[in-house]
Amino acid sequence: MSVDLEKILRPTDAEMEPYEPKYMMLASGEAVVVRQVFRDEIPDLLKHVEPLIHVERDFYDLVAARVYAELLGYYQYRFQDQYVLALQVDGELAAIVNGREVKPGLGLSLHTLALRRGLRIGAHGFAAKMEYHIDTLGHDEVLIVAESPIGFRRWMIEYKLEKRFDIPHELGGVPSWALTRELFDNARSKLVVGRRPVPTELLEKAMEKILPPSDPPTPALDPLAATRAMYDPTATALVQQRWEMEKGAGNA
Amino acid sequence: MREVYVAGIGITTFTRLEYPLVEIASYASMMALKDAGVTEVDQLYVANMGAPRVNHQTALGSAVADSLSLLPAGAAAIENGPASGAAAIKAGFQAVASGMDDVVLVAGVERMREVNNLEATDFVATLTHPLTEYIYGVTLPSHAAMFARLYMEKYGVTERHLAMVGVKNQNAALNNVWAHLQQGITLEGILDSPEAMTNNPYVAEPLRFFDACPVSDGGAAIILVSKEKAQELGRPMIRLSGIGQATDTHAVFEREEPTDLLAVRNAARAAYDMSGLGPEDIDVAELHDAFTILEIAESEEVGFFPKGEGHIALEKGETALGGKIPINVGGGLKGRGHPVGATGVAQAWEIVTQLRGDGEKRQVEGARTGLSLNFGGFGNNVVCLTFVRED
Repeated sequence: MSVDLEKILRPTDAEMEPYEPKYMMLASGEAVVVRQVFRDEIPDLLKHVEPLIHVERDFYDLVAARVYAELLGYYQYRFQDQYVLALQVDGELAAIVNGREVKPGLGLSLHTLALRRGLRIGAHGFAAKMEYHIDTLGHDEVLIVAESPIGFRRWMIEYKLEKRFDIPHELGGVPSWALTRELFDNARSKLVVGRRPVPTELLEKAMEKILPPSDPPTPALDPLAATRAMYDPTATALVQQRWEMEKGAGNA
Repeated sequence: MREVYVAGIGITTFTRLEYPLVEIASYASMMALKDAGVTEVDQLYVANMGAPRVNHQTALGSAVADSLSLLPAGAAAIENGPASGAAAIKAGFQAVASGMDDVVLVAGVERMREVNNLEATDFVATLTHPLTEYIYGVTLPSHAAMFARLYMEKYGVTERHLAMVGVKNQNAALNNVWAHLQQGITLEGILDSPEAMTNNPYVAEPLRFFDACPVSDGGAAIILVSKEKAQELGRPMIRLSGIGQATDTHAVFEREEPTDLLAVRNAARAAYDMSGLGPEDIDVAELHDAFTILEIAESEEVGFFPKGEGHIALEKGETALGGKIPINVGGGLKGRGHPVGATGVAQAWEIVTQLRGDGEKRQVEGARTGLSLNFGGFGNNVVCLTFVRED
């Protein structure tokens, strides 16, 4: 007797309303499109997320590694009821946000990964994600955690999230915070923006292909490597540099 | 009094630097030493405002001297709030001009992002009057906001003018690889679009997010030498021709007219008097735009424009690259960043870069004279420097 093990392993996803795309203007004057990404586009996202796993600053390594695993799980039917939104500027990937439905009425925010900095793109993505949970999926509450100080300021403080410390979050069992419908309504006027419908040209550009970010976060510059006191407490490297300079100046 | 020249300059990227404070100062200093072609100094001054509080470190002068193997040079740290950098340059000038020293290293350094933004804002706020300002929650953004509101009411400055300064300087930083902010902005994106209020919310009304400089780490350094030493080294002959420093009331409310920045006015006048220059002689300027309103007000107080007309000159493009008096072409504090103790030295670094003709895309054509203004406290301790290229 043969058994189709895949049928057993693969979760049965709930019917989830699609996210209606929107767009907004960034501080740079560029238009960013927020739209849902479906399974067949996940390989494109994986290629753009993978390099960030090696960026050891601002928790990019941790968040990118987890997002990579979540996207892969979604692509390979190993993550139930997940959705993924992408933010694109002129086709280029600017941010990824994702989450899932735990059960009717309850959502769970997974990650917000900004691939461009300094323009509130991550904040716009998070707002779109909450909009999807509350307005489209009809959730009364969304469970949220922050893995970086930036995230804590953006979510817990700006939205005034409520503590749900008695509920372990799926991201490692850490204490949860919650965005309720009331909190979201309070934040709408200040934090949630966007225009619909998206002009055809903009949307087509976004849908055509998810292009790699032209200016993604990179590992921190290390111009001070030679002088790092952590590994060079006696400043030997500096002395050596000085000798090199002296040689260059003809003083050796 | 001997003449004093800038023989070397160095700077680090202004951003969040995850290295010890002394290393940041050392790296900028190494660049300056290399640029000047010297390996020994008689004296070094290290400008810094927050190390004892933010980084739990004191006595930076001796720490940097040892890190750079500059022993047994004399060394001292100088703390003068956000004007620490230019105050240290003044000390260096005095050391060389007096004949006591021939080669002086002046470094400025700050590592503010070791703490979060709230703590960084609080540490800077310790420069306010403890009994009449700080205990009531006054911070530098709130000081600047009240000042901006008065300026708007009195002179017709609008939020659009403030945003114009922000756009000008943040976009100028795109031409400066050392600058903190490398992201262009537009008036539409931060002021006019339906999303502008979210992109650019009020921080302290009427000042918005893009009206304030970022919190940065970074270091900058210059080498001051005597004329004989400068000639021997063969670097471009950039003379530190004028220094003016002035103070004003500690508590801002005690000023007769709070929209007047008398310390700026007096410091600039003293620097002009010493150098024999006037505002009309200056080719390029670095003003202390920790908040956008300050660039407008300072451009008037240093004499570039009549009082109350700085925003009109801004509208006409007179302060942009290619304008009558280009201001903050390297991004200023707004775009380059503001590691407070390093800022005054970084301003001098930019002026010397300009006078050497090394400004690349941001070069002010034919610049021969420059002015930098380092604004301490909320205008209660200001240092103005002028520079002249002689060769």
